Parts: sequence; C-alpha cells; structure tokens
Amino acid sequence: METATLNNTSPKSNFKSEEYFINMGPQHPATHGVLRLLLTIDGEIIKKVEPDLGYIHRSIEKMCEKDSYQQIVHLTDRMDYLSSHINNEAVCLAVENALELEVPERVQVIRTILGELTRLSSHMLWWGVMGMDVGALTTYFYGFRDREMINDIFEETCGARLTMNYNIPGGLMHDIHPNFVKRVKEFIAHFKTKLPEYDRLLTGNVIFQKRTKGVGILSKEDAINFGASGPVARASGYSCDVRKYHPYSALDKVNFKEALDTAGDSFARYTVRIREMWESLSIIEQLIDNIPEGEHKVATNAVIKLPKGDFYQKVETARGELGVYIISTGTKNPHRVKFRSPGLSNLSLLNHIAVGGKIGDLVATMATIDIVVPDIDR
Amino acid sequence: MKILSINEWLLSFMPAGAASITEMVLIALIYLTVFAVLGLYLVLLERKVAAWFQLRLGPNRVGYKGMFQTLADALKLVSKELTGTVKADKFLYNLAPYFVIITALMALSVFPFTENLQAFDINIGLFFLIAISSIGVIGILLGGWGSNNKFALIGAMRSGVQTISYELSVGLSLLTMVILTGSLQLSEIIEVQKNGWLIVQGHIPAMIAFMIYMISGTAETNRAPFDMVEAESELGAGYHTEYSGMKFAYFFLAEFINMFIIAAIATTVFFGGWLSPFGITESIPFMGIFWFLAKTFVLVFLMMWFRWTFPRLRVDQLLTLEWKYLLPINLVNLVLMAVIVWLNITIQF
Amino acid sequence: MSYFSEIYDGIKTLLTGMSVTGKYFLNSRKGAITQQYPDNRDTLQMFDRFRGEVVMPHDENNEHSCTGCQKCELACPNGSIEIIWDRVVDEETGKKKKIIDQHIYHLGMCTQCGLCVDACPSDAIKWAQNFENSVYDRTQLTRVLNKPGSKVRAGVEE
Repeated sequence: METATLNNTSPKSNFKSEEYFINMGPQHPATHGVLRLLLTIDGEIIKKVEPDLGYIHRSIEKMCEKDSYQQIVHLTDRMDYLSSHINNEAVCLAVENALELEVPERVQVIRTILGELTRLSSHMLWWGVMGMDVGALTTYFYGFRDREMINDIFEETCGARLTMNYNIPGGLMHDIHPNFVKRVKEFIAHFKTKLPEYDRLLTGNVIFQKRTKGVGILSKEDAINFGASGPVARASGYSCDVRKYHPYSALDKVNFKEALDTAGDSFARYTVRIREMWESLSIIEQLIDNIPEGEHKVATNAVIKLPKGDFYQKVETARGELGVYIISTGTKNPHRVKFRSPGLSNLSLLNHIAVGGKIGDLVATMATIDIVVPDIDR
Repeated sequence: MKILSINEWLLSFMPAGAASITEMVLIALIYLTVFAVLGLYLVLLERKVAAWFQLRLGPNRVGYKGMFQTLADALKLVSKELTGTVKADKFLYNLAPYFVIITALMALSVFPFTENLQAFDINIGLFFLIAISSIGVIGILLGGWGSNNKFALIGAMRSGVQTISYELSVGLSLLTMVILTGSLQLSEIIEVQKNGWLIVQGHIPAMIAFMIYMISGTAETNRAPFDMVEAESELGAGYHTEYSGMKFAYFFLAEFINMFIIAAIATTVFFGGWLSPFGITESIPFMGIFWFLAKTFVLVFLMMWFRWTFPRLRVDQLLTLEWKYLLPINLVNLVLMAVIVWLNITIQF
Repeated sequence: MSYFSEIYDGIKTLLTGMSVTGKYFLNSRKGAITQQYPDNRDTLQMFDRFRGEVVMPHDENNEHSCTGCQKCELACPNGSIEIIWDRVVDEETGKKKKIIDQHIYHLGMCTQCGLCVDACPSDAIKWAQNFENSVYDRTQLTRVLNKPGSKVRAGVEE
C-alpha cells in the first residue's frame, strides 16, 4: 500500500497521511442490504472500493435445476424483489419462446401494464431511498405513500405485494381483478400530481444538485465496457433499452421515448429515472383503456418439457437488462439456468466511478446505481 | 420576589456564605430539572413534528397522545448496559458525554426568561454563550477519538472542522447586532429592544444577520442539513457510534438543548426576548416566560423544518458555504450595519 | 454577478422544498398514512385474493373435495405440502379409490407462490386471508388441513 505524502507541507515537516480501511457494511444504512464495501480511504477521499458479495447468496440458479419450469418463476421473485413482476415475465417468455407458445394478446397487454407498474414502484422506492441517502429523510415517506397504491393494485390482482408470482408459463395465474382498471386510472391521476412534487422537493434543491452533479461520472465507453445497463448506462448516453430494441409482450404497440442523458453523473442517472417514470406512466395510459378481451392463459401441459437446446430471453427490469438463459436437455427440469442480473454489472463499475470522491459522494453514487443486493448475489 | 423571601428564610438560621451556597445549589437543581424535562419534550416535539412532515402520526401510545414517550425512553436508556470498545481510551471515552451535557446546561444559565428571572446576568453574556457553546465540540472530538472506532473518528474530525468554521459566522452575525445594542449583557440587549425588536431596528442588515445566524446556528448544533457528524447514511451514527445507555442519552439530550440554546439566543438578540409584541402583555407579571418560550419554539420549529426537508451537504461543500458565502457576506453586512448605526437610520418606535 | 444569482436561486429552491413539506405539515391531520395495525383489526380487510395461508374448506357435513391426487404436492416448489393417502375399496362400485388420510401443510416452508391452489383440479384448497401467523413454536406451523373424520364429498372425482 503506497502512502501519499501531503504536498503542501514544508520539507522539514514529517507529517504523512496514511490510508486506512473501513468496512462499509454488511450492516450499513447506505448499502441497502447485506453488501460489504471495503473502502480504502485517505482522510475523506476514497482511494479504492472493493465490493464483497455473497452475504445473501441463496444459489437460486442451482435451485432452478431441480425445479420444474413453473416453479422457477417464483424463485425469480426473490432476485430483484423490486421488479419481481418483470423477472417472472422474463422466465415465462423464455419458456414460451422455447415451446413456441403464442400467448393471447390480453396477457401481453396485462403483462406490460404490470411490468411498467413494477418499474414505477421500483423507481418510487429508489427515489425515496435516494433522498434518504443524501440526507433528506422525508422523501422516503412520500415515495412510499405513492408506492402503496401500486402495491394495493398488485395485492388485489396478484395476491401479494412484493413477490407476486402472477405470471405463469402460458399466461397469467388468474384474470385481472375487476377493480384493476379503475385502480390503475386512479393511481395515474394521483401520481401525475405527485411526480412534479418530487421535483420541487428534491430535484430542484440546490443542496441535492451540488451533491449529485459532477459526482461519479461514467463515460459512455466505460458504461459499455463494464456491461452497464438500464438507467445507469442510459445516463451515460448509451442507448440500450431492451424495451426499445427487442420489444417483448405488448411493448411494440406503444410509443415511448427512451430516457437518455449524456452527462453520466449521479444527477443524470437521477433525472433519467425521473423521466422513465413519466414514460412508464404514458405506456400504462396508452394500454389501460384497451385491454383486449380474451383468455388469461393458454393451456400448457401440467409437466412442461422444453425441447433440447439453449434459450435466451432478455427484458428490461427497473435496474437494467435481465437475461434468462436456459439450457434444456428435454427433461422437465432445466439442465442449467443462468440469470444475467443487471445489479452485478452495474455494481462492478462502482470502484471505477467512486474513486477520488468523498464518502458522501460514494453514498450518493451508490444510491443512483440503485443496487438491490439479492439481485447481485442471487 | 419569592427568591428574595427564600433568601431571608435561609439567612435566618445560617451564615451568609452557607446561605448563598445553598441558594446556588437550589437554583442549579431547579435548572437541571427544568432542562432535563425541556430536553425530553424537545425530543418528543421533534418526533411529532417529523411525523407530521412525513405523513405519520408520531408517538401516540405512552400517555395521552404519547406525552410520556420520551420519559419512557429515558428510563429505558438509564436501565441499559453501558458498553464500550476494547481498546478505547477509557478516560476520554467516559469524559466526553459530560463535556457535551455540562456545556449545554451552563449556557442555559445566562438567559433572561423574563424580567428578573435570570440565574446569572453576566456583563459579557453573549460572549460567554458563544464561548461555552463551542466547548461542546471538545466533547464530540473526545468521544470520537476515545471510542476507537473509525466511523466515530471521521465523525469527530468532521465536527471539529465544522465548528471551527461556523463559529466565525455565529460570532460575526451576533456581533453585527451588538453594534446596535452596544452591550453584550443579555438583559441590556433586551432593554434596548423596548424601542422595537432588533430585527426591526436593524432592518436589512439585521435580517441578513438573522439568516446567517440561523444557518450557522443549525450547523453549530450539528443538525441536518449540516449533520456531517452523524450522517447516518454515511457513518452509521458518527461520533456516538460506540456509546450506549445514559452516555448516549447525554449526547442526544445535549443536541436538543443546544438547539434550544441557539433558538433562545436568536430570540434574545433578534426578537426581543421576553418582550411581548407591541407591549400587549407588559402589565402581567411572568407573561414574559410565555413570550420567550413561544418565540424560541417557533425558531426551534424552523430548525426542525430545515432538518426534515433538506438533503445533507457534503463536507467540502459545508466549508465552501461557510468560507465563500457566509463569511464574506457577514463581513460586508457588519460594515453595512456599522454605517446604518453611524448614519442613524435605524427604525425605532 | 453569478455569485449573487446563485445565492438567490439557492434560497429559492430551498424555500420551494420547504413549501412542499410545509403543505404536508399543515394537512398532517387528514394526510397521515399510518395504519395503526393492532387497533384496526376489526376494520382491516385484506383483498380477497391475498395469499395468507392455504386452507381446505369443509362444508357442513364435514366434507371436503380433496381427492388426494397429489397435484398440489407436485406443484409445490418447497415441499410444503405432504399428502398421506390410502386406497380403499368403494362399497358401491367395488373399485379401489384413493382417499386422503392427512393433508399436511407446512406453513413455515411455504413461500405463498400459489402454484398448489392453481394446480388443484377440484378446488379443494384455497387461500385464506389470515396473515397473523406467528406462533410460539415452529411445529405449530405444520398443519393438517383436513379436519378429523372428514371425507371427500360425493361426486368429486380425480
């Protein structure tokens, strides 16, 4: 470990500044779960960040190998629990593609609406926690107040608030609840008045802007090199929205803009997510009034056997690109399942962008990367 | 009046020296009791106010609408085990909470709560207050240093940096007002304000001084948005990470009493202390206590409002704010105030 | 001049933020979103699809509609359901018929995924909306869903 000397002291002075380690986590308010960051610090300035993973590893990929394809879906709820609905959808799409199963249009539209609601709820939670990480504790409660409405929608239709497991290969577990459309419309009307308030409370705030602008800058090249995806990559100008380039479900039927920024700093990542919330609202608005009639699922065999081969499906979760890779040997269990989670690759660039900043910068940067630790560890 | 009769009663059976010591002890006990209760209820107030800002209800179980919640918390803290780290500097570690709490309580002694209700009317009152309130930071430094915890140490060092910087602004903004009053004695400062509160008398420079005072006062008490010292999302709990039980409670209570002190100084210097607006309750005795507390609590509420709205500054931005913004403005403001007093364009009734 | 405009803008944005929280402070009485949970038990209504725990409804004759087909047991990803069954000879038809002895449900292992209820062909099990599942002993979380002495409703076939 090299020790830096203070440059501006007189030659006679033998004061030296020494680097030291601190353990941020696994129990730390800013690591959002059981992530351990080994920081090398010189005073307040960060020299090195080493994420230490594995505190919540549950070997989901291995568990998938003994489960049937219907059962795999519910395990994905527990990866990125904030976009569980999109995770479910990814596995279902992979299985359906492998079976060459055409799901009804109604299912596709409902899946898209629920996916965007999930994205909204995830971003709302992120917004609250972002504010909390930079010290504005009140945002947390405002974010959760609005998220509650989405959770109620989920609970009424899917039966659970967080781990929905509503998608099954071949469609949806039940049809949507009769109140679904009404509640979603209520929510949209409510949230359209609250989202500008988010801006007034936090986005415009001079302290918040000073804390985030020019902090944790990620260039477009680095975003691509590190395999970043989602809002983190889009804030650096890397257009990578899976919903745009490989539309799935009903996403090819809607118009939306990919939120892009070029600054690549924490504030850009923040504004990209705020703009994504507006886009999600507009997607839901386009679809909610014309959910086609029809069945809520197509019948599959009770034991699903995938044909021999490799199957890959990627979706855009709230954090970025989630890939599901299934190798099947033709039996009722997959031979191998691999989840390409957005959290892991987004976290990998933390050391790259946080070095040179202060401890406060690291916290703000981590908040805008928006990690969910079970998604990283799986 | 009452104190006078107690004095006579004591003198009737003991010598003058013993009587005065007994009186001092009595007054100290009264102050301690009052401010322990005050500290507890400030904590409750903070929790309630925070809840109302955050669409919550706040404590509402213990006693009527949660009146005894903080009392129960204090009892819990008293009964808790005092833990410590292995290689801590035991002496400094144990000393630190007392530094913080004692300076906070000492500062309270000089406030005139109403006419003649003042424990200690010292002629350098304001100076004494500034001096005392900056001793508290030694406690924080000791606590951070003595706990043998890196998070605590970072918190303590930040606190040192912060207090050294913001002490200047607190002092200078109060000095601006001293130009108007011509005295540091708190009772005299209030006497001057019978012709109009100083924030009215000094109009524009007084308002600027008040704003600077509130900003730097919030920073002095280490409260959000200047809570570098604790910064729970960065340092966990900062300097009091390793403290538990009553020692932690001392830090905690001191923070709230310091907040009260900062608000009380602002009340005394800018808003006329115990004077009622336009002298409406001048004739009623002890009504001054009400006005003093009312004004102070409005300012305390303002500080709570800051805390529950703003994000935290970064440590270098904290220094930028002080040295690049508050201090230059403060110096210009001081000159402006001097010119105004010299040209005699103050507003007086 | 940018120095002063920065100060002006800064103060303006801070006041804007304070106006947002201030508005909520003034409306705090009706705006509170807190649910006072144990107090509102009487009025707390869960959504009808809420997955609390798996139950087996019995009718007034103490009959359920579980045929013992074990589809739920197969569908369960965690092995939360165990069915102890037997074959008896039906007196009327003389055929051998599968009946359940015990339908055991381990709530402690259940992830509330809903696959068992979805898989059940005769709607013998369904979700109850009870969410107060805490017990003093883990073994109490293992439940036998069919009531003692109950039998399968006539006409429910596999």
